[in-house]
Amino acid sequence: MRLSIDPDKCVGAGQCAMFAPDVFDQGEDGIVELLQEEPPESAHEEVREAADMCPAQVIRLIAHAERP
Amino acid sequence: MTQSAEQTAETAPHPPFPKRRTCPFSPPPEYAELRRDEPVSRAVLKVNGKPTWLVTTHEHVKKVLSDSRVSSNLKLPGYPHQFHIPEEMLQQVRLMLLSMDPPDHTAQRRMLIPEFTARRVREMRPRVQEIVDERIDAMLAAGGPVDLVTALALPVPSLVICELLGVPYEDHPQFEEWSANMMNHDLSPEEYGASVAALDAYLDKLVTTKENQPGDDLISRFIEKNREERIADHVDVVTMARLMLVGGHETTANMISLGVLALLEHPEQLEAVRNDPSLLPGAIEELLRTFSISDSGTARVALEDIDLDGTVIRAGEGILALNNAANHDETVFPDPDTFDIHRTEARSHLAFGYGIHQCIGANLARVELEVVYGTLLRRIPGLKLATGLDQLRFKDDAMVYGVYELPVTW
Repeated sequence: MRLSIDPDKCVGAGQCAMFAPDVFDQGEDGIVELLQEEPPESAHEEVREAADMCPAQVIRLIAHAERP
Repeated sequence: MTQSAEQTAETAPHPPFPKRRTCPFSPPPEYAELRRDEPVSRAVLKVNGKPTWLVTTHEHVKKVLSDSRVSSNLKLPGYPHQFHIPEEMLQQVRLMLLSMDPPDHTAQRRMLIPEFTARRVREMRPRVQEIVDERIDAMLAAGGPVDLVTALALPVPSLVICELLGVPYEDHPQFEEWSANMMNHDLSPEEYGASVAALDAYLDKLVTTKENQPGDDLISRFIEKNREERIADHVDVVTMARLMLVGGHETTANMISLGVLALLEHPEQLEAVRNDPSLLPGAIEELLRTFSISDSGTARVALEDIDLDGTVIRAGEGILALNNAANHDETVFPDPDTFDIHRTEARSHLAFGYGIHQCIGANLARVELEVVYGTLLRRIPGLKLATGLDQLRFKDDAMVYGVYELPVTW
């Protein structure tokens, strides 16, 4: 699993940083920061949940098959 | 223009909104019928007889609330108001963050979000714990029975938001009353207007003081940042402060009381949480889902025609994306009316809204709820209702659902 985020769309709800703090953080400005672009398998479930919960749909999951 | 738009295709009478809960722990029974028979349906607002759309499935509520073709601007003619506000009063209303659209919304929200990051709210936790402990000390010293609403549920979030904003807590009897009035559907427009005006006059003075003598608080930091960014004038700052103050205590206070009540009514689950506090975060998501206290707080107006699975909402028409209906959608939450703290999908609830207006204080609310429930269960293990469930008066008519008093003893 690879992740990408779109910080321009982020509304700083902070749910990702609350529920998957090893993968997502918020900068001083409150905008999402990605800590791990390729989170380990053990984190996949919470990452999927964070992506689903994100109110601004900022988090995109990319399957490995899509990689160049 | 309002007249013609509102009368279009309004031949058959539509069912009224809001609908009443028949069980304090479940949404109005009509929601389940609507999701099954007509997930995007017409209704008439009881307060003013105007039509609106009701959206009741989890999928559609998410779609509407994240659609850039909807507006939150309460001055637009089709906006589904749930208070009776005379037109001239409405046109004078200053839009607050919740009723702004981008780009104004984006600019103001971005000034506020550093105050509510996951890290910042984690840092507030020890102070929240102190506040909760002090209130529980006072409860234990007074002895039962006490009203949990006035002893704990209201003062905790009120103290927390006062400290964050830099509002003197000693003024709480006043602003709590104005704030409660602003949530009450039954108030006359004059009474509603008077409460808003009184709270604004109070905050106007406070903001003026902070403009001259900034302190270490959210309002002062907002004022300072605004000196560079210049996106808000004095009235905007007062309006922002009102939203934070009202939004920061009224909602959490109702969730505290309702959550304690639900746990007391489900003693096995209460025991499970008491024995294993790691279950608490999940229990809180389930409580948020179960009660969905700001069900109709998500009013919108379509800016363009929007097709929801074949039902077309026309530009200019009002929409209520009901989060209590979405949070009891059986396709996402099986057996939705059963309260189950072990429910794995509970976090998918939309109790804090969704989209660009999702509650900015959601994570702070979660910290407050966790500290309150956790500490209360630990320190007062014999907690029980001091009255019958049938004696409790629920806020069926208010914008935010809750219970007026919760007598408890131990």
